[in-house]
Amino acid sequence: MVSMIDSVLVSLTLAAQDAAGAGADGATAPAAAAESFFVSGRGALFGWLVVISVFVLVSIMKARAGKVFKVRPIAGLSAVDEAVGRATEMGRPVLFIPGIQDMDNVQTIAGLTILSRVGKTTADYDAHIEVPVSRSLVMTAGREALSASYLAAGRPDSFNEDQVYYVTDEQFGYTAYVSGLMVRKKPAACFYMGQFFAESLILAETGNSIGAIQIAGTAETSQLPFFVAACDYTLIGEEFFAASAYLSGEPDQMGSLRGQDLSKALVGAVLVLGVVVMTVGALAGGLVDLGSVSRFFQSLVGG
Amino acid sequence: MSRQLAIIVTLVAGVLMVVSGFIKPTQGWGEDAAEWFNILAAMAFVLGAANLAKVHLSKISSRDAGWGFSAVTLLAFAVTLAVGLFKVGVNPMPAFPDVPMSGGKDAEGSAFWWVYTYVLSSITATMFSLLAFYVASAAFRAFRAKNTEATLLLVAAFIVLLGRTFAGVVLTGWIPADSDWAFLRFENLSTTIFEVFASAGNRAIIIGIALGVAATSLKIILGIDRSYMGSGD
Repeated sequence: MVSMIDSVLVSLTLAAQDAAGAGADGATAPAAAAESFFVSGRGALFGWLVVISVFVLVSIMKARAGKVFKVRPIAGLSAVDEAVGRATEMGRPVLFIPGIQDMDNVQTIAGLTILSRVGKTTADYDAHIEVPVSRSLVMTAGREALSASYLAAGRPDSFNEDQVYYVTDEQFGYTAYVSGLMVRKKPAACFYMGQFFAESLILAETGNSIGAIQIAGTAETSQLPFFVAACDYTLIGEEFFAASAYLSGEPDQMGSLRGQDLSKALVGAVLVLGVVVMTVGALAGGLVDLGSVSRFFQSLVGG
Repeated sequence: MSRQLAIIVTLVAGVLMVVSGFIKPTQGWGEDAAEWFNILAAMAFVLGAANLAKVHLSKISSRDAGWGFSAVTLLAFAVTLAVGLFKVGVNPMPAFPDVPMSGGKDAEGSAFWWVYTYVLSSITATMFSLLAFYVASAAFRAFRAKNTEATLLLVAAFIVLLGRTFAGVVLTGWIPADSDWAFLRFENLSTTIFEVFASAGNRAIIIGIALGVAATSLKIILGIDRSYMGSGD
């Protein structure tokens, strides 16, 4: 490995020697090192980014132009009204947890987006929603989102900013508080929407023990089994990010969902093509250079 | 106006973060944007502390259910804040033995260190250990064979459980490791379930998540989805 300083002229001298001791050497012409403009090895990633962005933006434009996209029913999201309605009938609160991460996490933002939709439903039903959070910035953003929901539902007077409040940044301190809150107030519906870690099962099992309807959504794959085991409905991965579009039904949101699906179809096609080419190559037994084919597909997926 | 400003800041920060991932001269800009976020979060912490005091004082004054816990919370908050700010029990640094409290607030032996080690760590470990009981109760419910899917889950879990313990090795140890039937040994079946079935399913979920993150980020950066800041409709 040779390291060079920018703008300084350098030349490399190479020497080779065979088994008999005969050798040859040579020097390259002097050249100045220059830092490359693009980060190397990320070409495929950039290509995918452009393709996905184009799919999403074109789909949004089509939706704005009036094209209607069909969305398959997602049980967890269809149950939102049922859960809030049950809480209203029982006179118990609705609990919403937007994960335990800060506003720089896309799952927290997705969670707050769902909060704004759930908040509108609770405002419509005149139910009480409580949102304990573990980050100060999430508290301020959550208040804005919920306040706008109550305004959109035509009940701005019913909104109290203390419905969204800060507990602690400490993971298990927050878990202890929320578990205690559940046992004391017995919310009829619990929503867990955001990024969770070890506390996921503690929260979901506590919610289960008090008989609450529980709907969870996360992109944290290691926590999905716990939510599936303990909650009534779980939004798995992409469903969590599709929730906002599903609940709002706005053309822009539906368009982005369509773009996401087109991207997924393309990724699937590349995967199938790769599998077919590698399988055929292996069956052909040496007729195809599998190494180069494999490297091509690896570069295509950014590996 | 403030909302438009927030959208502009989101757009600029988002584009910076994306560009810094691909263009070398801008790599530092993304790190700067992340630093700015940390500064904002630190400032917002004051808001959080004020809110904490407000919520718990209100609970104590109205004698809400569990108001005693609120009193403990506020007391713990005040004590930890005080011992940290005033560096209670902090010894001088070896380099400056004549300067009182010149050591770090969390240096071993200080009051802050004591609170962290003997109070917070113990409580955190207690909460974490509860997980073992919750795993058992959740597993008991999840593995009830009430339909085909649940039965498959139960069988897979049973094989993995046996494959990861000595019991599995003992039960199928009679199958020669170098025979054609070695794949039936519990430890091998367990590995196959993990590396083939679970891995394939996990990757499918991860691809969906990656696309969802990309589409959501694009909507947020371009201001198409603003509901998280209270202006969705």
